[in-house]
Amino acid sequence: MSESLDYFRQNRLPHIWCPGCGHGTVTGALTRTLAKLGIDKNNVVVVSGIGCSSRASGYLDFDTIHTAHGRAIAFATGIKLSRPDMKVIVMTGDGDCTAIGGNHFIHAARRNIDITTIVMNNSNYGMTSGQYSPMTPTGMLGTTAPYGNVERPFDLGKLAIACGATYVGRSTSYHVQLLGELLEKALLNKGFSVVEAVVGCPTYFGRKNKLGGAVDMFTWQKDHAVNVKAAAVMAPEKLEGKFLIGELYNQAAPEFTAQYDALIESVRRKFDNFQGGVRGCAQNSD
Amino acid sequence: MSEQKRSFSHVIRERYCKGCSVCVAFCPKQVLVLKNGKVFAERPEQCIGCRLCEMRCPDYAIEIVETGLDKPVEKDAACVDYSVPPEANHA
Ligand SMILES: Cc1ncc(C[n+]2csc(CCOP(=O)(O)OP(=O)(O)O)c2C)c(N)n1
Ligand code: SF4
Ligand code: SF4
Ligand code: SF4
Ligand SMILES: [Mg+2]
Repeated sequence: MSESLDYFRQNRLPHIWCPGCGHGTVTGALTRTLAKLGIDKNNVVVVSGIGCSSRASGYLDFDTIHTAHGRAIAFATGIKLSRPDMKVIVMTGDGDCTAIGGNHFIHAARRNIDITTIVMNNSNYGMTSGQYSPMTPTGMLGTTAPYGNVERPFDLGKLAIACGATYVGRSTSYHVQLLGELLEKALLNKGFSVVEAVVGCPTYFGRKNKLGGAVDMFTWQKDHAVNVKAAAVMAPEKLEGKFLIGELYNQAAPEFTAQYDALIESVRRKFDNFQGGVRGCAQNSD
Repeated sequence: MSEQKRSFSHVIRERYCKGCSVCVAFCPKQVLVLKNGKVFAERPEQCIGCRLCEMRCPDYAIEIVETGLDKPVEKDAACVDYSVPPEANHA
């Protein structure tokens, strides 16, 4: 672990997250995966928006940028386009990614830009004290859903696949080994990769819904997650109330920055063939 | 003595531990307990080195080091020089 701690700004420990908050487990899984892959920290940019989860960027010892609420993927797109050689990672929350940032998310997936997006889904807006989010399950309580959430939540995996992401996985803070494996594949995928990490917010979501403390939230994940491989041979009624974890999608497609570079190259060639590369405007005759 | 028993030691960074009990609850060998609100390795000889405690801990507060093979280099929060910004170590 000492190697993985090298990727963390240790002078910021202990971090601000509540006792047992799953965001810490996910951040730990990311630093361990990067250490395992031996990625040079000077080649990584971490981008985040606003939320408890989005505070991860301030803790990671890379070039990091903590942007505006929901806009992490927009900033990351700009960074990746200007420096396609960099590994760009977005750390975001269910609210940041799918509410205010939903539009950026679907278009980044559609473009298949080489960004790894890690969504820490704690089913609410933890930072602002537990409002319901687009990923709060129906019927659960939140400060803005005092009688239970009437809306239906996104299935982020299905959303990402439908929009064009080329690697999609889901795990939980309890299933931390699987989480590491998915992160590894997501980081190595050339294209838009999404890893949803189901985590607990014991302070708001847990307390509001009387789910118990941090340990109970980890136990809930253990009891409600079913691996896709096991689910394939299970009766549908057995999957009632459960969610799938594991690799949900992995299929290569042309990547945006590579396609863009190819376009620039072809346009440049066209102009260079034109009279020794004179680029002046033809109408500018004097 | 054909089978050699592997042994592990637990590096605990008390300053980081928030006493959430996640490592304690899911240790498959009941090695860990909370003592005065901090994690403590009560039965280290039972540890199988699965590192699940280390990986699930949200706070980098516990680390497993295999002993017997190499002696662990104890790295405690107290030994880190916080006056040096991490950026200074970048290439
Ligand atoms: C433009 C704007 N709108 C609203 C807010 C208030 N706000 C801060 S964090 C947040 C939601 C964060 O939720 P999520 O991304 O799930 O993160 P969590 O805290 O749950 O990890 C909101 C609505 C803001 N900071 N900026
Ligand atoms: S409020 Fe919730 S999400 Fe935010 S740090 Fe605390 S437990 Fe984590
Ligand atoms: S390494 Fe495994 S057996 Fe040893 S203390 Fe941690 S969880 Fe328990
Ligand atoms: S070592 Fe980590 S998981 Fe264990 S009680 Fe302390 S903070 Fe929680
Ligand atoms: Mg959230």
